[in-house]
Amino acid sequence: MSEQVHAESSTRTFLAVWFWLLALTGVEVFLGYKQLELKLMITILLGLSVVKAALIIAYFMHLRYEKPSMAAILMPALVIVIVLMNIFLADSMRLLHMRPH
Amino acid sequence: MADHHSSVTWSHQFEDAGQQHEAASLGMWVFLATEVMFFGGLFCGYTIYRNQYVAGFVAGSHELNAVIGAINTAVLICSSLSMALAVRAAQLGKRISLVSCLIVTILLGLTFIFVKLYLEWWHDYQHGFAPALNFTFAGPNTRSVELFFCFYFLMTGVHALHMIVGVGVLSVLTVKAWKGRYGPDHFNSVEIAGLYWHFIDIIWIFLFPLLYLIGGRY
Repeated sequence: MSEQVHAESSTRTFLAVWFWLLALTGVEVFLGYKQLELKLMITILLGLSVVKAALIIAYFMHLRYEKPSMAAILMPALVIVIVLMNIFLADSMRLLHMRPH
Repeated sequence: MADHHSSVTWSHQFEDAGQQHEAASLGMWVFLATEVMFFGGLFCGYTIYRNQYVAGFVAGSHELNAVIGAINTAVLICSSLSMALAVRAAQLGKRISLVSCLIVTILLGLTFIFVKLYLEWWHDYQHGFAPALNFTFAGPNTRSVELFFCFYFLMTGVHALHMIVGVGVLSVLTVKAWKGRYGPDHFNSVEIAGLYWHFIDIIWIFLFPLLYLIGGRY
């Protein structure tokens, strides 16, 4: 039955994802001890974290195998979080600079 | 309550088992979306103050043990793997394998919580890093280091609370799995608990570099 074949392949996929998650964590820790420019460091570390999160969401949480509409429903939440964060960040800079010294 | 020996059952408001399955997953995903907004607020606050008090946050980050943090990250990633395998076992109706995977997940979760609370929090408290309780850090930027530790305790605390809830949910699932309640047609509970568990892992994946690594440890 195709279900059985799928089960075999999915266990192998899980192990591969697990390996990559650990490997990327190792890279992050390695970079943590390297002297890098702060902005570059933040970009790389958060970039790696986004890749790890994407691996978990796609395979462990199997969003990749759900109907596309499931992911489409979740997109607005993500967009709202990112947009609100950017608005708050910009506003926080403005307020901090307005503060009397 | 549906008889679990019958082939396929679903609640009367659903057309079929597939629709019930989708509704259950969607419900958990929507809940997780609200969690993203909740943690997003904390991350946003952290970023704002980190930009304002870079030196203090770097000094605070240096006081954390990155090795312990990395080990805990690995523990959580392993627990995510065993949770994914548990869902797979439930779908295939392998009871013993399901129960074992759930127990491994719970043990790894408890390991994480123990390391977090005992090896980190208790250690931080003893060394005078608990804001408002015994904060005695001496050095430049004392106030902003304290602010860093406020964020540290709040964010890891809320995360640990999610872990404790997750361990509770998984314990209930383990008992029900042992009784043979799950099978190829009844694995929704295991699956949505798995979604929740992986989500906690994702939160930690962002917390770890932000709290432990971004300070730079050279």
